[in-house]
Amino acid sequence: MSDRISLTIDGRQIEAEPGQTILEAAEEAGVYIPRLCWMKGLSAFGSCRVCTVRVNGRPQSACTQPAAPGMVVENDTQELRELRRSLIDMLFIEGNHFCMFCEKSGDCELQALAYRLGITAPQYPFMFPQRELDATHPEIFVDRNRCILCGRCVRASQELDGKHVFGFVGRGAGKKVAVNAESGLGGTDAAGDDEAVAACPTGSLLKKRVGFAVPVGQRRFDHQPIGSEIEQAQSEE
Amino acid sequence: MGKPRVATTSLCGCFGCHMSLLDIDERILSLVELVDFDRSPINDIKELSGPVDIGLVEGGCANEENVKVLQEFREHCRVLISVGDCAINGGIPAMRNMVPLRECFREAFLDGPTVVNPAGKIPDDEEIPLLLDRVYPCHEVVKVEYHLPGCPPSADTLWEALNALLEGRSLELPYELIKYD
Ligand code: SF4
Ligand code: SF4
Ligand code: FES
Repeated sequence: MSDRISLTIDGRQIEAEPGQTILEAAEEAGVYIPRLCWMKGLSAFGSCRVCTVRVNGRPQSACTQPAAPGMVVENDTQELRELRRSLIDMLFIEGNHFCMFCEKSGDCELQALAYRLGITAPQYPFMFPQRELDATHPEIFVDRNRCILCGRCVRASQELDGKHVFGFVGRGAGKKVAVNAESGLGGTDAAGDDEAVAACPTGSLLKKRVGFAVPVGQRRFDHQPIGSEIEQAQSEE
Repeated sequence: MGKPRVATTSLCGCFGCHMSLLDIDERILSLVELVDFDRSPINDIKELSGPVDIGLVEGGCANEENVKVLQEFREHCRVLISVGDCAINGGIPAMRNMVPLRECFREAFLDGPTVVNPAGKIPDDEEIPLLLDRVYPCHEVVKVEYHLPGCPPSADTLWEALNALLEGRSLELPYELIKYD
């Protein structure tokens, strides 16, 4: 096709459709660019910066930046791995992540990125903030101790469920996920099978009474690093 | 040259990490061939005898006694390792970090539903180590060379770490041995 765009990522030539972002084009070519707030099927949000790459030397978020002809993209470099590690470290110390009893453990994208980056302890002091838990809904709960403010629930509720259950309130360290009812989640029209619930990358928004169903050793990230399904798809071709 | 010396201790932990160390099964026979144990709950030696090559610390710092022991370990151990999530991030005991200390005491000794305390006093005997304002990860109190996460870290993780250090390799855990649960 004549309108295909050609660019390089870590020295490898790849092709992109017009309008595709760097992240999508890389994924199609079997190159995994780490991401957290981006999710297939949702609009891009560009908030977590985990997908930061260097484009012609400049840092850009790969999930929002459209691919353009001749771009030189750096992705898997020491510098960017360290930057991503810092971001993941901050997400851990800013919240209260007790992985040892979290229902999402083994299936959590935040934890999986920490594993992939080889993090054995965060390099910043823990903040132990006060966060609220909302268990007023019969089927689901929000535990803000584990929320990373990625906004995936917010977008999935609007764009896929057509409901507007979730939104953000506050700024800076006081920013949090809010729900569309005074009385809490139970007062909203949220349901257990909403896409918003499935969209949460962490254990912040979860279904009740289904935790710990998958045994240790059989969970999504027990043996394979996050992103390896993208990398393997390529190497099998 | 004598065998490398290893010391272990449990601060504010549950001894689960030490259980995991015993869980290396028959490999423990090779381990006692390879190293000598200094202070450790495994041999019940209560004091460090001098310089130690590898110190394994389970649990974070919840009271002044934990801090004292950790500082002693730091002083005497060439390589100090935080073993398990409690040592690394405070773990379950750190769930109190979001609650003011006074409220923790009130709940534990005065207001809790199962409390029987006719004197109505919060214990303050000087034999009882003072609680810290919150539970601290070890590396926020002293310098720590390595971290072995997990609740507890698997026997394979501990075995791999000890072997790497004893063989003078750099300690880099493979993907499957980095787990936070
Ligand atoms: S949400 Fe993820 S990182 Fe946080 S406690 Fe749960 S498993 Fe751990
Ligand atoms: S609840 Fe989950 S999906 Fe929503 S912002 Fe928090 S981490 Fe993201
Ligand atoms: S995935 Fe691109 S900014 Fe979050």
